[in-house]
Amino acid sequence: MMPPTDDGRERIDARIDSAGREGLTGTAPANIYRPLQDAEQVTIAPDGRPMEEQPVWRTDFPIDWPQDHYVERRDFMKFMVLTSLAFTVGQFWIAAENWWRRTTGEPELARVAAADDLAVGATHTFNFPTAQDPCILVRDGERSFVAYSQRCTHLSCAVVPRAEEGVIRCPCHEGYFDLASGRPIAGPPRRPLSRVRLEIRGGQIYAAGVEERTV
Amino acid sequence: MSVRRPFTRAQRATIVNGMLSFVVILVVLQLWLLTATMNAYLGGDRSVIWPAAAASLACLLLNAGLLRYLYHIERTRQ
Repeated sequence: MMPPTDDGRERIDARIDSAGREGLTGTAPANIYRPLQDAEQVTIAPDGRPMEEQPVWRTDFPIDWPQDHYVERRDFMKFMVLTSLAFTVGQFWIAAENWWRRTTGEPELARVAAADDLAVGATHTFNFPTAQDPCILVRDGERSFVAYSQRCTHLSCAVVPRAEEGVIRCPCHEGYFDLASGRPIAGPPRRPLSRVRLEIRGGQIYAAGVEERTV
Repeated sequence: MSVRRPFTRAQRATIVNGMLSFVVILVVLQLWLLTATMNAYLGGDRSVIWPAAAASLACLLLNAGLLRYLYHIERTRQ
């Protein structure tokens, strides 16, 4: 209780929650209200029931599920943008590889074998245009020769020609290519074998270039 | 005078779901672009390489822009 003024009037306590002040200003002691929760801070359990009906462990260790869902989607989005970056880097890597290939230019003519050394149906292996590129030369007729890259267009296994059947077989996944054209005829490969351009000069067979094909 | 309030949590959840759907579609498109370009390149078709790279870059920029907007929303909340 505040002491009276000099002229005997009662003092008014300025504190808003002081006794006797209720009703004067339409206010009440602040401590009779529960603090209002911010809507952003309300925790909603996965089953949607109020927290009072939740098991004890959930009330002891409450998780803000809406916020949790938001954060996990946001993090997943970051991961997807990183994946997007990786794909773009891959695209430009292909472009760089293409540019590097162009700068190396056309391969030089390389002797493969003497035409008379191969019987009809026989196969000869060689490397072209570099030592890391295995190729096969097949004599599929009296005056006909075909040469392809030995790498299967599926997963780069070494293919094996079967001249008597007119096919080239990939033993890894049972892929088959047509011997005359190099096009896939069975199994998982979708692209034809790269064809090696041949030139025959004076009874000698030369590799003149490589044709990569999509169909 | 209009007052710009920060998005509520429910609004932000809706926004991030929408963005995520868009980003996933673009990333799937990029994956298809990469495999198609690789197939064409290995088959000797070089004409698609640069257009595909440009399209992939555009997708990346779009995705990065959406992520940047998400960060912007995060900042305005605080």
